[in-house]
Amino acid sequence: MTTNSGRQFITFTIGAEEYGFDVMAIREIKGWTMVTELPEMPASMRGVINLRGVIVPVFDLRARFTGILTEPSPRHVVVVMAVHGRLLGILVDAVVDILTVQPDEIRPVPEVDHGQNHYIQGIVITTGRMVTLLGLDDLFDSQSIAAAHSVGATAA
Amino acid sequence: MTEESSTNDLSRFKTTYFEECAELLITAEECLLRLQEGSDDPEDCNAVFRCVHSIKGGAGAFAFTDLVRFAHVFETALDALRSGRVGLTPALAEVLVRGNDILGDFVRAAQEGVVLPPDHGDRVTQVLNALTGQGGADAKAAASATPAPAPESGEESFLVRFTPAANMLRTGNDPLMMVRELAGLGALDIRADLTRLPARLEDLAAQDAYLAWSFRITTEQGRQAVLDVFEFVAGDCAEVSVEAVGAETVLEPAAPPAAVAHAPAAPPPEAPAHDDHPVSLDHPADAAHPAEGGLRLRAEDKPGAGGVHTASIRVELDKVDRLVNMVGELVITQAMLGQQSNRFSAESHPELFMGLQELSHHTRELQESVMAIRAQPIKTLFSRAPRIVRDLSARLGKQVRLVMSGEGTEVDKTVIEQLSDPMVHLIRNSLDHGLETPEERAARGKPAEGTIHLSAEHRSGRVIIQIEDDGHGIDRRRVLEKAIEKGLVERGQTLSDEQIDQLIFAPGFSTAAAVSDVSGRGVGLDVVRKNIQDVGGRVSVQSQPGVGARFIMSLPLTLAVMDGMLVAVGGERYVLPLTNIVESIRPKPEQTHALVNVGNMLTLRGEYIRLVALHSLFNVEGAVTDPTKGLVVVVETEGGDRVGLLVDELLGQQQVVIKSLESNFRPVRGVSAATILGDGRVALILDVGALKAEGDRDGGGTAPLAAE
Repeated sequence: MTTNSGRQFITFTIGAEEYGFDVMAIREIKGWTMVTELPEMPASMRGVINLRGVIVPVFDLRARFTGILTEPSPRHVVVVMAVHGRLLGILVDAVVDILTVQPDEIRPVPEVDHGQNHYIQGIVITTGRMVTLLGLDDLFDSQSIAAAHSVGATAA
Repeated sequence: MTEESSTNDLSRFKTTYFEECAELLITAEECLLRLQEGSDDPEDCNAVFRCVHSIKGGAGAFAFTDLVRFAHVFETALDALRSGRVGLTPALAEVLVRGNDILGDFVRAAQEGVVLPPDHGDRVTQVLNALTGQGGADAKAAASATPAPAPESGEESFLVRFTPAANMLRTGNDPLMMVRELAGLGALDIRADLTRLPARLEDLAAQDAYLAWSFRITTEQGRQAVLDVFEFVAGDCAEVSVEAVGAETVLEPAAPPAAVAHAPAAPPPEAPAHDDHPVSLDHPADAAHPAEGGLRLRAEDKPGAGGVHTASIRVELDKVDRLVNMVGELVITQAMLGQQSNRFSAESHPELFMGLQELSHHTRELQESVMAIRAQPIKTLFSRAPRIVRDLSARLGKQVRLVMSGEGTEVDKTVIEQLSDPMVHLIRNSLDHGLETPEERAARGKPAEGTIHLSAEHRSGRVIIQIEDDGHGIDRRRVLEKAIEKGLVERGQTLSDEQIDQLIFAPGFSTAAAVSDVSGRGVGLDVVRKNIQDVGGRVSVQSQPGVGARFIMSLPLTLAVMDGMLVAVGGERYVLPLTNIVESIRPKPEQTHALVNVGNMLTLRGEYIRLVALHSLFNVEGAVTDPTKGLVVVVETEGGDRVGLLVDELLGQQQVVIKSLESNFRPVRGVSAATILGDGRVALILDVGALKAEGDRDGGGTAPLAAE
């Protein structure tokens, strides 16, 4: 297998942790802009933004994972992705790198009984960093958008 | 109960007809060209047949007799071809193409109201007739037809006398059509009886029928087929007698025969071409077969549909949608410029302000024009109703009269599409649950026949569609029982009659005692409501027990742009649909009241209005919480209920482009859609009907006020 045949991931940080998303789903990366909040939403659902005439919801990945809201500044980044034909934005701290990973470099996630980590596809260790690869489908399928209510409830 | 006069209506149908003709001619030509190139796909031939048939059908309805006459000949030839009775030769293909051209000529002539010379297309007609062995089919030719060929076994001959009453033509019955239909049955010999013609021309009433005919028809199809030809006129407006005769019976000569002597004798079908009309076919193939079949045709001035002009074009909906979207963006940009201009004073930059004002006018006009492209009369939707009513009433054993009004009301195509299912559902619902059986109606002293009234109208920028029946109305006792049983309502809870009526829209609610196959197929009125809400509409019901029920659907005229009022609540801005707003006031302290278990109320000119604090509903911080310091916008829901929304201030009226939240997210309660403001920020468009419901549900929503 050549390097070209590997999968590419865009990596970004939330706090000290580094995560990766499949680059094919990424539509664009933009700086944080003010969102318009929606009523009765979980805290991780930050609101909606105008992306050149299209209304795009923005989710706070930190809140999704930890229940703690990100304090966004203009230096924070929204990664816009297409999932199931819908656009959504993910609020992260910073974008780091684009990583090309060979399938055999992806290590399985250690089994934890939480049942919470089904959206984690695997872990890659590269130049001393550990990157958690996230599966978009599992993280943002319609169920989890709805289920995000409960996450938000605890966060709020 | 159509609002337009019928003549107006007819001319609209005519316009549509000619547009269709143009398309049909093009389709026919394409298929004919494929046939000419040697396609053996039977579908091509069928397609041409269908095109010609459609043209003929419409022409008959509008009484374009010349067009009908030629179309019929053409159609008959095509029918022979598609049924395989005649094989396709290059020469025939050529004739068919030419025939299509001539058909186009006739369509054009009908459209322009001119009369083509009587021999127009004769040569093609003759060839086509010859092909189908119906040389005598043309009425003119038939008048001097040669004696019928000897009948084959199985054929019978009939002597038919057909004497129209004087007024027959005025009832829209054309004897020529019947003659042609007769001719289609078999060999036909015709004598016209001119004895009833007045002797003096001035005695002749142009609209009366004077002629009578004797036909001798030899057909295999029997007496009934002959009688059927006169089905629509026999007895009422014509005397018709049919008697079987021997095949050798010959009609006595018509007297006086001079009247028909002018009709040209049908030339032999394969007559040599007129040399003074040389062939100028644009198809090179013709030069290769100049003598084939002896056919040489006069070129018509314009081929095919090319000359049939239409005042409309068909455009893919995608292109229109793109246009609508771009206009939407333009509206936003215009709003942005307007907002930016606030930094300048009108005195120092008069041209700028004039320009902006003009831009605003033009934008609005552009937007309205673009919307008009997608607008369609709601008739396209209503036209489904009679069929549904007829089928269902028969199945349910109910007598129903359907009355429709306002079919001409124009609504955006996308809205019409979204309305179809809900409308059908509501009509079914009215038929099934609303109207009683004739016996029940009689017992209640109502006419046995129930009425369903379907109406549409524009009301303050929305389209209101009502489905009203004069049935027994909503059985509130049963609805309430059912709702309690389903856990939709707490036992002991007191609900107003209107609240009970609206329960029928609640998810999972269905009162049909037995689930019929008509309505109550698991999908209930909640689905109707959801479908309508999805397009920014609302549905409500008004019922009077024993008298009837009325379902009211209210929808935006378009799904793209609306007039809104921008309001501020804390740091947030919301858009209220302008059409919902009744007034805005700053209430005096004595006007506000906190009622236990009900919430906060506002008295306005003796009326109690519920107050809904937006900041509390949307959880906005830093907003004005005291109604006497903020503003109360009184809004009216489709059901006619009023509710006061507490906001900080009004920021101004503007057109907003409606952007869907669902396309990338999901529906949000209390919010119908979103829009983009001049500064690029997203603002939510509030759903007033849902806000009222939220307020009802959430009596403590205005808690800060209650503390006062």
